[in-house]
Amino acid sequence: MNKQASVETPPLSHARDLTRPGFYVKLVLMALVNAFGLYGIFASWAQEQWGILGFLVVTLIIADYVYFSKRAIPAKYLFPGLVFLAVYQLYVMGMTGWVAFTNYGDGHNDTKKAAITQILATSEVEGDVSYPLTVVERDGELGFAVVQDGQPLFGTADEPLAPLDGATVDGDKVTAVDGATVLQLNDIVQRQDAVLQLRVPMSDEPEDGSLRTRNGSTATQSLPALHYDEAADTLTNTEGVVYKADDKVGNYVAENGDVLKPGWRVGVGLDNFKYLFTDSRVSGYFLGSLGWTFAFAILSVLTTFALGLVLAVIFNDPRVKGRVVYRALFILPYAFPGFLAALVWKGMLNRQFGFINQTLLGGAEIGWLTDGNLAKLSILMVNLWLGFPYMFLICTGALQAIPAELTEAGIMDGAGPIKRFFNVTLPMLMVSVAPLLIASFAFNFNNFSLIYMLTGGGPNYPGAPFTVGETDILISMVYAISFESQKQYGLASALSILIFVVVGIISWLGFRQTRKLEEIM
Amino acid sequence: MRKSLIALAAGLTVALTACGGGTTGTSSTEPSQSTDPSASQSEAPAASGSLTLWADETRIEAFKQLGEAFAEESGVTLDVVQKPTGDIAKDFIAQAPTGQGPDLIVTAHDGLGQLVENGVIANIDFASKADKFNPVAVQAVTLDGKVWGMPYAMENIGLVRNNKLVQDTPGTFDELIAQGKAVEGAEYPILIQQGEAGDAYHLYPVQTSFGAPVFKTENGEYIAELGMAGDEGVKFAEYLQKLGKDKILSADLGGDQAKQAFLDGKSPYMITGPWWTTEFKDAGMDISVLPVPSAGGQPSAPFVGVQVAYVSAHSKNALAANQFMDFLASKDAQDKLYELGGRAPALLESAASLDDPLIKGFDEAGKDGQPMPVLPQMTAVWEFWGNTEVQIINGQSADAKAAWSAMNDNIKAKF
Repeated sequence: MNKQASVETPPLSHARDLTRPGFYVKLVLMALVNAFGLYGIFASWAQEQWGILGFLVVTLIIADYVYFSKRAIPAKYLFPGLVFLAVYQLYVMGMTGWVAFTNYGDGHNDTKKAAITQILATSEVEGDVSYPLTVVERDGELGFAVVQDGQPLFGTADEPLAPLDGATVDGDKVTAVDGATVLQLNDIVQRQDAVLQLRVPMSDEPEDGSLRTRNGSTATQSLPALHYDEAADTLTNTEGVVYKADDKVGNYVAENGDVLKPGWRVGVGLDNFKYLFTDSRVSGYFLGSLGWTFAFAILSVLTTFALGLVLAVIFNDPRVKGRVVYRALFILPYAFPGFLAALVWKGMLNRQFGFINQTLLGGAEIGWLTDGNLAKLSILMVNLWLGFPYMFLICTGALQAIPAELTEAGIMDGAGPIKRFFNVTLPMLMVSVAPLLIASFAFNFNNFSLIYMLTGGGPNYPGAPFTVGETDILISMVYAISFESQKQYGLASALSILIFVVVGIISWLGFRQTRKLEEIM
Repeated sequence: MRKSLIALAAGLTVALTACGGGTTGTSSTEPSQSTDPSASQSEAPAASGSLTLWADETRIEAFKQLGEAFAEESGVTLDVVQKPTGDIAKDFIAQAPTGQGPDLIVTAHDGLGQLVENGVIANIDFASKADKFNPVAVQAVTLDGKVWGMPYAMENIGLVRNNKLVQDTPGTFDELIAQGKAVEGAEYPILIQQGEAGDAYHLYPVQTSFGAPVFKTENGEYIAELGMAGDEGVKFAEYLQKLGKDKILSADLGGDQAKQAFLDGKSPYMITGPWWTTEFKDAGMDISVLPVPSAGGQPSAPFVGVQVAYVSAHSKNALAANQFMDFLASKDAQDKLYELGGRAPALLESAASLDDPLIKGFDEAGKDGQPMPVLPQMTAVWEFWGNTEVQIINGQSADAKAAWSAMNDNIKAKF
């Protein structure tokens, strides 16, 4: 900044100087931000999403303060990033953390209020006669008009069905009523909540049930089968069986153990976290999978790095002709979408029809994906094919960044090529590449798409209490446990948090080690 | 100066949001369609507004055309959204409680248990229509004594024969295999797709012919008690082992490979459903559809799959959605869906006019069929069933009986 200028006139930013376009750009942008913000606030108000509403209000106020205030200069740069951090990181992490302590999943999909509504709505017993229905408004009150044995009847929520005078009947349907309005379909649609909830008693006797409609044009007789007692929080059926709300499991449960569906989400404490360790039938497979996950991640990094490095060193040598062409070819697998490549490999490795067995091995029936050990080998080989171009790229880049003087100094000191490689090139290379190797380890530790697409975790263990196979890594095993049959979001969240802890600790240890590598610089 | 500018900015914002707010108003009151007062005064019986329906790629065209017919009749437009088959139920269960899900979904009936367990679908008025539908279709959409969706089409697998290779079919499965082996140039006596995860669905006609259905039935409804846990089931498992040893069945033969092999004339028979017969016919093959011959002495009964439309329990336009259900139960709609989808209609009146010999053949093959169970316990069955079968077939489980009982124990442990 020009110090002299600031003494004479205070510096005016682009976004404040009325004579410059920057100000107007800012004005338009902020107007848009406010417009969208208020739109979102109104929309979430209408949808009764109070959490989102609160977040939008707070964010909008802060945004306006930050960009119209003179003081908050650093915040002007940080604010958009912080908003995205909150939405895409903190919210997701918080949500996962919260779900991990609940039983959210199949059968416990919604709130208790929604569960009660659904239980009551679906418990009604319906008769098998349907009457053509006319919805009538009389004295501001909605009612149903039907024809029974040629006699027009009318009733409202409070008055049971009774003969109706002054009605015009066409066939089996009332078409007009004196002193009252017959609602047309469009009016019914407008007031559908009231019409759908209306129950008109058939008679003074409650056991006769009441008329209800679902479509506005026909009515059926219905009898409530469950009674909800709000004070006691119980549901009682017509036989007198009482279902009590059990907020520990999130269901209405009768004394004989019968459960009403659906249930609702409740907190279950640490149950989801304990699952892997307390269920002895599961923990054996868990340990097997844990071992294979480490082996897979470590071997994947080592093999891809070794191949990538060797190729990088070779093709970094100026004596190799056509290096550009070779390099482009090597990058090709990297340009393929990984899951697509995995599917193609799966086809090629099929025991009976695959290209490898049929064409390359002359019809040998080798179970590349159906034998446990071979499947593991196949996964490592496919991952090598998928992963070496990345290592090749970063190694080539890192090699070119190593000053040529160092190699020359090595030659002057009389070191041979192998000694130069291991004592000069490799340590220099590791400084820049080691963090990427750790990242690669973390990525492969959770390389779900490769396993899922290539073997689906199989071959499966015979007789296992859930679908788990010899090539399942932790994340694909979590998927098998919590999604393959019953959806158990709570369990899945808890298990992925456990995986995160493992990956986090290893990465932390790894990065601490790489700092030591830098000391040689 | 600066203050007045802020005021100006604020004014601009308010002006802009006024437009934004306006659109919000209408979109958020979507359920109570058309707030235009003139519309409500009109005498036309037609309602207005729109319904959202999720369907997969095989059903979307049919429902788009059906939606046009429905719009003409009722004035309600049907907005048909394409979703991958496997995602419909899953996404619907997750989204319906938030109020963001569709009003209607169309899927196969076998996910019913899960939809009910999660409380995301509403039951429909069906009692007055029940006797107009095929009883198997009604059984398929009934759970806990209530009807949850409108069935519109049915399908099951049968024995598809390549008439160029063989012309008549023996009465038992063993004879059929012997006949298939004798056919010159055929690599497989019969094709039954399996794949690495197994495929219990395509083996089910063979399994039921041993008298080992997956669940026992009581008064025509499935009960949560395994019917395949007894000796009959073990006999079937041992038969599977034999078929695996004789290379009649193979885990390498997935759906695509089996279809290709049949198209290439490598086998006189294939157990499959109507979804591929069009392709066989288009390829110029002369095929017939027959019941699967019995392997264990009793009639073979495939699973019957029923195509169903469900109404969301959270639909804000439930009235129009139920009108669509009634429309779907009409002969016109079922005829149209048969024409567009090529599956036997669930409505008896429409089914009576079937003329396609292949569809009739499938109908005959499924005459002893039972709907695929919708009990929530079925998810536990699916988890182990195909896997165990494929392990018996490929010899991974050397003791068929032990593997079969381990499977039954594992399933029972999940009940």
